[in-house]
Amino acid sequence: MSGAVLFASADALLVVAVILPLFAVPVLFLAPSRIAERATVVVLGLSLLVALAIAGGVGRSGAAAASFIGGWRPPLGVGLRADGFSAFMLVMTAAVLLATGLFAMTTPGRSRAGGERMPPAFWMLLASVFSALNLVFLAEDLFTLYVALELLTFAAVPLVCLEGKLAQVEAALRYLLFALFGSLLYLLGVVVIYGLYGTLDIILVAREATASPGFVLALALMTAGMMAKAALFPLHLWLPPAHSGAPPAASALLSAVVIKAPIFLLVRFWLDLAPSTLAVAVAPMLAGLGAAAIVVCSLVALAQPRLKLLIAYSTAAQIGYLFLMFPLAAASSPWSALAWTGGALHLASHAFSKAAMFMAAGLIAEALGHDRIAGLSGVGRVVPVSLFAFGLGGLSLMGLPPAGGFVAKVMLLSAAVHLGAWWIAAVILLGGLLAGGYVLKVVVLALQRPAEPLVAQPVAHWREWVALALALVAVGFGFVPLEPSHFLFIGRPASWAGMVP
Amino acid sequence: MSLLLDAILALLVLAAAVRVAAGGDGFARVVAFMGVGLLLGLIWVRLAAVDVALTEVAVGSGITGLVLLQAAADAPLTREREVGLLYHLCAGMVGLVVFAALAVVVLLLPDPAPSLAPDVVRALPATDLGNPVTGVLLVFRALDTLLETMVLLVALIGVWSLSPDRHWRRAPAPLWPAPPSGALDFLARVLVPIGALVGIYMFWAGADVPGGAFQGGAVLAAMALMAMMAGLSPVPAIGGAGLRLAVLAGPFAFLGVGIAGWFLAGAFLDYPEGFEKTVIIAVEVAITVSIAVTLALLVLGPPMGRKA
Repeated sequence: MSGAVLFASADALLVVAVILPLFAVPVLFLAPSRIAERATVVVLGLSLLVALAIAGGVGRSGAAAASFIGGWRPPLGVGLRADGFSAFMLVMTAAVLLATGLFAMTTPGRSRAGGERMPPAFWMLLASVFSALNLVFLAEDLFTLYVALELLTFAAVPLVCLEGKLAQVEAALRYLLFALFGSLLYLLGVVVIYGLYGTLDIILVAREATASPGFVLALALMTAGMMAKAALFPLHLWLPPAHSGAPPAASALLSAVVIKAPIFLLVRFWLDLAPSTLAVAVAPMLAGLGAAAIVVCSLVALAQPRLKLLIAYSTAAQIGYLFLMFPLAAASSPWSALAWTGGALHLASHAFSKAAMFMAAGLIAEALGHDRIAGLSGVGRVVPVSLFAFGLGGLSLMGLPPAGGFVAKVMLLSAAVHLGAWWIAAVILLGGLLAGGYVLKVVVLALQRPAEPLVAQPVAHWREWVALALALVAVGFGFVPLEPSHFLFIGRPASWAGMVP
Repeated sequence: MSLLLDAILALLVLAAAVRVAAGGDGFARVVAFMGVGLLLGLIWVRLAAVDVALTEVAVGSGITGLVLLQAAADAPLTREREVGLLYHLCAGMVGLVVFAALAVVVLLLPDPAPSLAPDVVRALPATDLGNPVTGVLLVFRALDTLLETMVLLVALIGVWSLSPDRHWRRAPAPLWPAPPSGALDFLARVLVPIGALVGIYMFWAGADVPGGAFQGGAVLAAMALMAMMAGLSPVPAIGGAGLRLAVLAGPFAFLGVGIAGWFLAGAFLDYPEGFEKTVIIAVEVAITVSIAVTLALLVLGPPMGRKA
């Protein structure tokens, strides 16, 4: 097969998904910043096409795609693999990041959405985050995943302090410490696994793994590491200052997609790597922490005086739903597939709605010059499109029809009820109620007639429309059929059988 | 005899580590931290992992130590910034629990340990390399190494992003604010050429014996910093095209070779048959240059507004 054909083949696309975003970096280093910015947006668009092509290939063939780096098969070499779930994550991430790029583009004569510092830095970090996330979704090797997590951490942390204020630098440092602590715990777990099985390939390890003390410790270390990175209660303290302090475009991508990488890996560890008996035993603990996250962080969100902090606490709460999924998806029952689909749908609709809400909050703050909730009265007349985007995103968080969050919660609820996990069902309902509280608090106030005429700066309309488009996608997820998705289960259980370098 | 040596090394590492954690003067703790790195390097040598030892000493102790020394000088540890006893106790407890669990598990690990080392040695002739560690880094797990060079680049972008827009093309502050003394000047004139030679040798020898791009690059970075400290060479502005190309050369030459592999050898990061070693050495030259420049720039920190 000639190189040109190989380049466009389904297997090569997995590598392209990882390396394509990186090509924006040298352009940003060497070209004038306006041109480089446009070029980066083009790269983001091409990356979305690559993700769609991978998903299309996986869907058409009904089987996972794989690529062996350098032609070396695991265990000696490193394999990339896209099953239905990976492809789903690739497309979601690419769509959110392209929207973030469009939102952050410089408008002549206006302040940059990506922060006031180092014009190309935001774009370089955005491209690196993209590459790192794609590698997280595709790598099948535990050490390659460590490299991906490192790349993700070093690209994500500086995004928090791009405006260079002291409080932001402090938030970024705390984020860095939590994330590095998580990386270290993860690496310790990987070392133990290599000592036990002599391989780092997830599929090969899963084939031999038993619930031995060493393997349990390794999984515990890796899980604790991912919990720190995912900001699962009670390790969430770094998230609100970091996500609320960042420039709006950075907040959107941190809260919408970066936080999903460790959660994706937890799903891989507990549903692909761990023996199923062990997963069934441990999953309720994860769900318990998830439930605590939903209740505690939603209540704290209700008490927030600033809009961006409210949205950030809402992220810490919404993360909890994804952990409620674990005991439901790990149970060997026909309802598990529905719980799994609900979890994935919640993950995606949260990504789109949260990105929309952070962008909307950024535009509201730009228009008013502040984001104090008490001073938002009447802002609906100033930036109606932004407020609409915020409201639609909030609709999905509350779990009201017809939004994606509604269908996701119905799936999780019915699985919980059929599996007899009543407490999970109760938490899902309570969480929806609390989300309703903190979203409506803002929307109702914003729709009121202001006591005195608002003095507002104009904002770029197309940026409002980007936020609205994201919110509409989150609502659009509400129209998927209420049944287990076939696509998400393509290529499961994972195997290298029949794949040639 | 060797048992005694190992025991002394282990105790020394513990003592140095306790000194790092014990609190007090920041400078003394950083020096103790560098001591931990050196002692760990010796332990790696005892374990016959010379590549790891070189990296630990050059990067873990040397370059990291420099960064920490600067931080200690810029932000001296005051009593208000010192964390409380409760915090120390909690951190200590977490550390002890993780240590105990790991100790038990390490003792329970299968013996002999399952390992890919025999597979690596068996496959090594296909790569024409003599050092199995270089074989793993640049052939079997080339993707990880490629992305590690990207991580270093992203770390530098992160450091640069800490300074405001208007400084985006300017130079970092000099490491050594005082006028250089005659002794430092003399030391730099003698040591830098020798050190540079050692750095280049370390990378060149890496194909067949322990050494390689990371270790060689770290030594070269240290020599460049030394020359700047002694005032023999100015601190460069980060806007220069040459400097930026040097930073990009390693990761992107590697990436380019990886893509060429699709056309010449049939897979990403596969090397054309018969030219493996030539291509690998070429890639390593580019990586060594980028690592040296990037590590030196990481130590120098964000640009501070001087026009070089």
